[in-house]
Amino acid sequence: MAMVGTEIERLIKQAFPDAQVIIVDLKGDGDHFGARVTSGAFLGKSRIQQHQMVYEALQGQMGGALHALALETAVPK
Amino acid sequence: MTNPTAERIKDIVASSDVVLFMKGVPAAPQCGFSAAVVQILSGLKVPFKGVDVLSDPQVREGIKSFSNWPTIPQLYVKGEFLGGADIVREMFQAGELTAVLSDKGIMTAAT
Repeated sequence: MAMVGTEIERLIKQAFPDAQVIIVDLKGDGDHFGARVTSGAFLGKSRIQQHQMVYEALQGQMGGALHALALETAVPK
Repeated sequence: MTNPTAERIKDIVASSDVVLFMKGVPAAPQCGFSAAVVQILSGLKVPFKGVDVLSDPQVREGIKSFSNWPTIPQLYVKGEFLGGADIVREMFQAGELTAVLSDKGIMTAAT
């Protein structure tokens, strides 16, 4: 079962209120998404930790309902 | 917390300098993300051991808690979890992947 892009955005914003979130439906099939998340919460964290924080925000959906999310994280400049 | 699958995964990770948990085998990846990492490693001529999680359901589930990482592929270098497809690609593009592999003595620095 697929997960819609707006739901991904909502969960991420809920966990990172300051975040800038850009969601792209990569294949137009509602199943393969790309997300770019920019948040101050990532400051001082390794890439692995940053991605783990986003996966946590998605509350276990990643790897389940959400099959493919190409993730890019960044700290605001 | 010892469980047999975690022990087995530990052994697999230790069995080779570069281990890639993936969907499918290196010659025929079954997922675009796995294929992308295979392509990067092959492009760098890095020898690696591919572990097909599709043929091993216990490892497929176990690896996720092992690394606290929900998705496949997962790349391990000298026992250390380096990342999934996105991170490996970002590191490759930034030249960091080559640096890490050189540091760990797996490939000689590009001349």
